[in-house]
Amino acid sequence: MQTENYTIRKASLEKLFNNLVEKGKTVYAPKAKGKVVLFENVERFDEITEDYIVTTNSAKSVVFPRVEEVFSYKKTKEKTEISDASANSFPDVVLWGSRPCDAAAFIPLTNTFNRDYTDIIYNKRFEKILILTFSCSKCDEYCFCTSVNSGTGNTAGSDILFTKLSTGDFLAEVITEKGKLLVEENSSLFEAKPAESKEQNLANVKTYFNHEEVQSKLQNLFENPVWDEKSRACLGCGSCAFVCPVCSCFDIQDESHGGNGSRLRCWDSCGFSLFTLHTSGHNPRETQGARWRQRILHKFLYMPDQSKVAGCVGCGRCSRACPADINILDTVTSL
Amino acid sequence: MSNPNIYIPYLMRIEKIILEAPGVKTFRLKFENEQEADEFNFKAGQFGEYSIVGVGESTFCIASSPTRKGYIECTFRQTGRVTNALASAEEGDVIGFRGPYGNTFPIDEWKGKNLLFIAGGIALPPMRCVIWNALDLRENFKDITIIYGARTVADLVYKHELEEWGNRPDVKLITTVDPGGETPDWKGEVGFVPSVLEKAAPSAENTIAIVCGPPIMIKFTFPVLEKLGFTDENIYTTLENRMKCGFGKCGRCNVGEKYVCLDGPVFTNVQLKELPAEY
Amino acid sequence: MNELIKKAAELLESNVVQIVIGYGKGSAERTRTIFITEASGCDQLIFDSRCIQNLAVYLTKAEIKKLGKPAIVAPVPVLRSILQLASENQLTEDGLVVLGVTPESTLIEFESFAAIETYLASHKIEIDEKYQKIIEGIKSMPVEERFAYWVKELEPCFKCYACRAACPLCYCTRCTVENNQPQWIKSASHPLGNLEWHVMRAMHHAGRCTDCDACYEACPMGIPIHLLTKSMLQDVTENFGPYGPSLNKDNTLSSFKPEDKESFIK
Repeated sequence: MQTENYTIRKASLEKLFNNLVEKGKTVYAPKAKGKVVLFENVERFDEITEDYIVTTNSAKSVVFPRVEEVFSYKKTKEKTEISDASANSFPDVVLWGSRPCDAAAFIPLTNTFNRDYTDIIYNKRFEKILILTFSCSKCDEYCFCTSVNSGTGNTAGSDILFTKLSTGDFLAEVITEKGKLLVEENSSLFEAKPAESKEQNLANVKTYFNHEEVQSKLQNLFENPVWDEKSRACLGCGSCAFVCPVCSCFDIQDESHGGNGSRLRCWDSCGFSLFTLHTSGHNPRETQGARWRQRILHKFLYMPDQSKVAGCVGCGRCSRACPADINILDTVTSL
Repeated sequence: MSNPNIYIPYLMRIEKIILEAPGVKTFRLKFENEQEADEFNFKAGQFGEYSIVGVGESTFCIASSPTRKGYIECTFRQTGRVTNALASAEEGDVIGFRGPYGNTFPIDEWKGKNLLFIAGGIALPPMRCVIWNALDLRENFKDITIIYGARTVADLVYKHELEEWGNRPDVKLITTVDPGGETPDWKGEVGFVPSVLEKAAPSAENTIAIVCGPPIMIKFTFPVLEKLGFTDENIYTTLENRMKCGFGKCGRCNVGEKYVCLDGPVFTNVQLKELPAEY
Repeated sequence: MNELIKKAAELLESNVVQIVIGYGKGSAERTRTIFITEASGCDQLIFDSRCIQNLAVYLTKAEIKKLGKPAIVAPVPVLRSILQLASENQLTEDGLVVLGVTPESTLIEFESFAAIETYLASHKIEIDEKYQKIIEGIKSMPVEERFAYWVKELEPCFKCYACRAACPLCYCTRCTVENNQPQWIKSASHPLGNLEWHVMRAMHHAGRCTDCDACYEACPMGIPIHLLTKSMLQDVTENFGPYGPSLNKDNTLSSFKPEDKESFIK
């Protein structure tokens, strides 16, 4: 579909939000909570904060929740009955206030859940979401989207990308059919495209490295002291993987209460020491350095190589959230 | 896969339980749903996720041959939470099974060749599948040699089948136990598998070697095969890694760029040598 | 500061220690833990109010221990953790060199754990008044309201275990949550799973927590989980008297003597 450009005035943007809430959509937007900004379910426009470069957590839980029931069951000695959770209905969700890096992250995420085998629960959720992204007028030293083939005005993955103009109104770039439908349903709020260009309103993110070069370098760096050196301070928690909009590693856990229960798909992290531990006690990734290497190689070599998608969108959340201040940009640029 | 929801297992009834060795059991499983039974197909080398619903899933190969319809078998050792729960199951109980996953032994490519099977301990189950597959299609292959060893006589699995294989004129079977593992009436070899292999010195000419065993056995077996003249593309093995989903998404089982559940578990020695030391 | 750098360099130069664990420049305005192996690298050491990580957490890590005997930069929170670890037999006196540092970046050399204990006698654990008020407020809620309060507060928790990873006293090689025979604590991050984890963590810290706030600072979602440990600290103090890390006094809740008045364990 050819991108369609409109202007939406500041007041109309608020009206659009209210229309969505009135229609019963579940809207997730950035909400300030003390020292963090989290994507939360909001019902009033004034709950949304504009004061963020990226939110603390990513928006991936709208399609890949922390805990997803894949089926529930009832068990007796004679019979086991399984109820398929994909038969459930999933809510209409609007993601309001994602950044271009967040939107771009849905591409590798969707790829992971569709390549080789198709995860229909993921797809059912993905069908129901509308991604309304706001481009970046600010950035900081954690951002490196331009080094991973993304940028502050990147439209990839968004249904509509809004850019704030100097007038206080917004350019609305309608990218997908879903976005087009929203405009049609709210046509009075969208006016002719603005004269002002998008580019002058975008932050400039410095380019730190060449993605293809890094991919190529990593082919030969498996046995290299850089992994131990850069991860020495790593505490082995799951913060980086969990705030990351692309990371999708998971665990499958059964929970039971008597004869009933469910099988759950839960977030997991390759940074945990137990992630690859065999029951025999053997662990192919015994050191934190080996686990840090897995994270970097998976994102910057394996995913681009195998699936032709970026494994990292340069949002910098992992580095921001890391309690030990392990910085992914620092590791990649030091290779 | 019968259900588009890839997380949902087939329900299987345990038809038979055999205690193979201390802590090792074989289950013969039948599909609860006949249509699923009819539609189910797999190839030698593939594995599945077996579960006690409510406890969890565990990864084992499918140990029966695809030439035998109507049931599948798995063999496992009691080690952790799920295998302990499985070990408490009884004949008639219903368990879950997701599969078949993984790649396969390219048995069609081996037609007209000699087959040399080398296995150790609890690693015989993944081989048993392809051994029976070959034996059920016996006329397609030339010489079939099986070398199998375990720590002690009690630890040998599939004892009845070993007897059956040993009695066949068209199979050469060499069984061995580790030094100290023999019983007074043990008639097989005594020695580690790699040294028994060296002593047997099978010809590498037109032969495919399939090796499965604990890492230590593999480490010492491969040099012997090399010495006997086997080339890397004619040596096959299976890798094991911690798995959860079995279909390449949970991110756990990769060795470098390859997922053991998608690109494996069967690998040639050529492929194995390209993998980083992460397994 | 210069004294600290000089001393650290000296220790490395003379091979008294093989590694110096301290604070260095991090991303943006942050500091991060640095591991220095060469004397010349010691000028990377900094110390100011941004240095909030509790470095003592690295003293019990197998991979760090392999690097050799450490010297560790230790502001008061780290000193408390070191003493607590020592009282729990996780550290030996000759296994490390403690480079104490005041908020003004002055170096204090400690020759022994006893010296640390003497120093800490004038830096007793005291829960900040603002937290006391918040805890009071929560405790005044009826039970159902309090339960609902915590379910809501813990909602953003996604079980990253950063709180556990950053806490120097969480050094168990296999945490309770990592056991699955049986699965004591649910691993999923739903309300019950979250509550189970945080309540268990606070309980395991009863009588041990030294109020360093590393758990709160580590939490990527900004959840005030330190309220649980502070409240636990208050409860233990109220019921068993003031406590703090000590080589002379037994751990309040993890020491048993036949003379104890409780008879259930006899």
